[in-house]
Amino acid sequence: MKSKQYLKEKIIKNVFFLSSLTSIFFLLGISFILFKEGLPLFREIDLKSFFWGKSWYPTYSPPEFGLLPLILGTLWVTLGALIIAVPLGVSAAIYISELATPKTKNYLKLIIEMLTGVPSVIYGFLGIVVLAPWLQNLLNLPIGLCALTASLLLALMAIPTIASLSEEALFSVSKEYKEASYALGATRWETIIKVTVPAAFSGISTAVLLGMGRVIGETMTVLMVAGGAAIIPHSFLQPVRTITATIALEMGETVVGSVHYYALFAIACVLFIISLALNLSADYFLYKFRRTSR
Amino acid sequence: MKRITLILSIACTILTLMVPVSQGAEKQLVVQGSTTVLPIAQAAAEVFMQNDPQADISIRGGGSGNGVAALIDGTCDIADSSRPMKDKEILLCQGKGISPVPQIIAMDGIAVIVHSSNPIQGLTIEQIRDIYIGKITNWKELGGEDQKIVIVSRDTSSGTYEIFETIVLQGKKVSPDSLSQASNQVVATLISTTKGAIGYVGLGYISSTVKAIDVNEVTPSEETVANGTYPISRPLFMYTNGAPQGTAKDFIQFIWSPEGQKIVEEQGFVPLP
Repeated sequence: MKSKQYLKEKIIKNVFFLSSLTSIFFLLGISFILFKEGLPLFREIDLKSFFWGKSWYPTYSPPEFGLLPLILGTLWVTLGALIIAVPLGVSAAIYISELATPKTKNYLKLIIEMLTGVPSVIYGFLGIVVLAPWLQNLLNLPIGLCALTASLLLALMAIPTIASLSEEALFSVSKEYKEASYALGATRWETIIKVTVPAAFSGISTAVLLGMGRVIGETMTVLMVAGGAAIIPHSFLQPVRTITATIALEMGETVVGSVHYYALFAIACVLFIISLALNLSADYFLYKFRRTSR
Repeated sequence: MKRITLILSIACTILTLMVPVSQGAEKQLVVQGSTTVLPIAQAAAEVFMQNDPQADISIRGGGSGNGVAALIDGTCDIADSSRPMKDKEILLCQGKGISPVPQIIAMDGIAVIVHSSNPIQGLTIEQIRDIYIGKITNWKELGGEDQKIVIVSRDTSSGTYEIFETIVLQGKKVSPDSLSQASNQVVATLISTTKGAIGYVGLGYISSTVKAIDVNEVTPSEETVANGTYPISRPLFMYTNGAPQGTAKDFIQFIWSPEGQKIVEEQGFVPLP
């Protein structure tokens, strides 16, 4: 007999089902609009001059839409952030997971989580007001807004992501591995470096990829501190411009439906694809990680 | 049975998603657009709403292009713009049956600023152009100190940049080494903290933390912009769809009134002659 209870349960189940459908709907909707508004760019210019073009002069006549300085800016800043964040984040994770007392562990985890709570515009603000002038004086730079400043701040944002996910990965390495290693006479240090960390490798890779995904999409901070010069970077001490900063900077005043508008959507597509690829590979690694441990 | 539950679930979802939209006051006005005109619009709106409690004016920034796009879409009543509408925008208007009517509400000068410790007193337009295209790279070439010039600019679609490009750059490409910043305020802050920097901002953003230099031997000020002797100046517009009516008309007339023009002056712009 179909009771009222059954009806209620069915309704609730369907409401949740429809809610989960909305996320798919939005994702598809976003990709559709990005490509719909980005592809018309290629009526005006060819793929080669877009991808390999060295200058970004969208309002000049004739306009130049070279992706190269922007994507290199994004990559340099991301790489710089990872070079700083990965060693610091993974080391923090190793300490928390393997070496800290339970009390210290709780405090450290709490503090690292708090770093995630800081809004990115605050990092940007601190960058302009504190970090950039300090670097300017320290390294005798003409101006402190450069790739290095941006990388430092982005690393601060990536460290919590990398540290917490790596810590989870290290924590779930099965005790048998460690016990076997000790049984064979290895020291604590050797066990950590040669057994635990390699065993947690796919989990740590997921952490790094997700941290990278966070950094690549960061807009406000890089807009404020990376400098904004659309040039091909040759050093970390040069001001650079990322894809995200370009979109944020120029979208407000572009004429809707102009070539410039399509170009901004086109670079947004590139960013979207890179982000999607990173998330998919992180998912793949996570899948492997969940399968091999425990 | 399954179909009924599905329909009921969809109905529930739709009901939970429907948020009642507030109707708002009788005299609602949405003003959107240029960040240069923003301070004038905001200050004027505050006084206007004090004088008329039934009025509800919401002011937004977003940039001149953004404001015009909103006017075309019908999501704003007045579009602030620090530049005249472009041909492409006018075409879009015609396509959607909008007839944009500009009203000039103030004049603005663009001052060229340097760090307060910079000994340079003034430059010619040609010299400023050579700096911005990357031909002159060190202050000593202009009689200043031996210091690399740091070029601070705006994003190329900003109204402020456009006037600068038309009058100073005259069609040349700005050097790719120039640092593009998002607003007048950020440019002013950067110049005040960077010794070798040069930049340009609206008159209202000159403060004691930076030094405004003479252009072609004319000091930027309200008088020189109003009498036309200062070379880098521009009118500020408010666009409406068709001739302004109702609250929009009252608002623009208020800005034209002596009280409104006083607000224009207080914000650092140049009142209409």
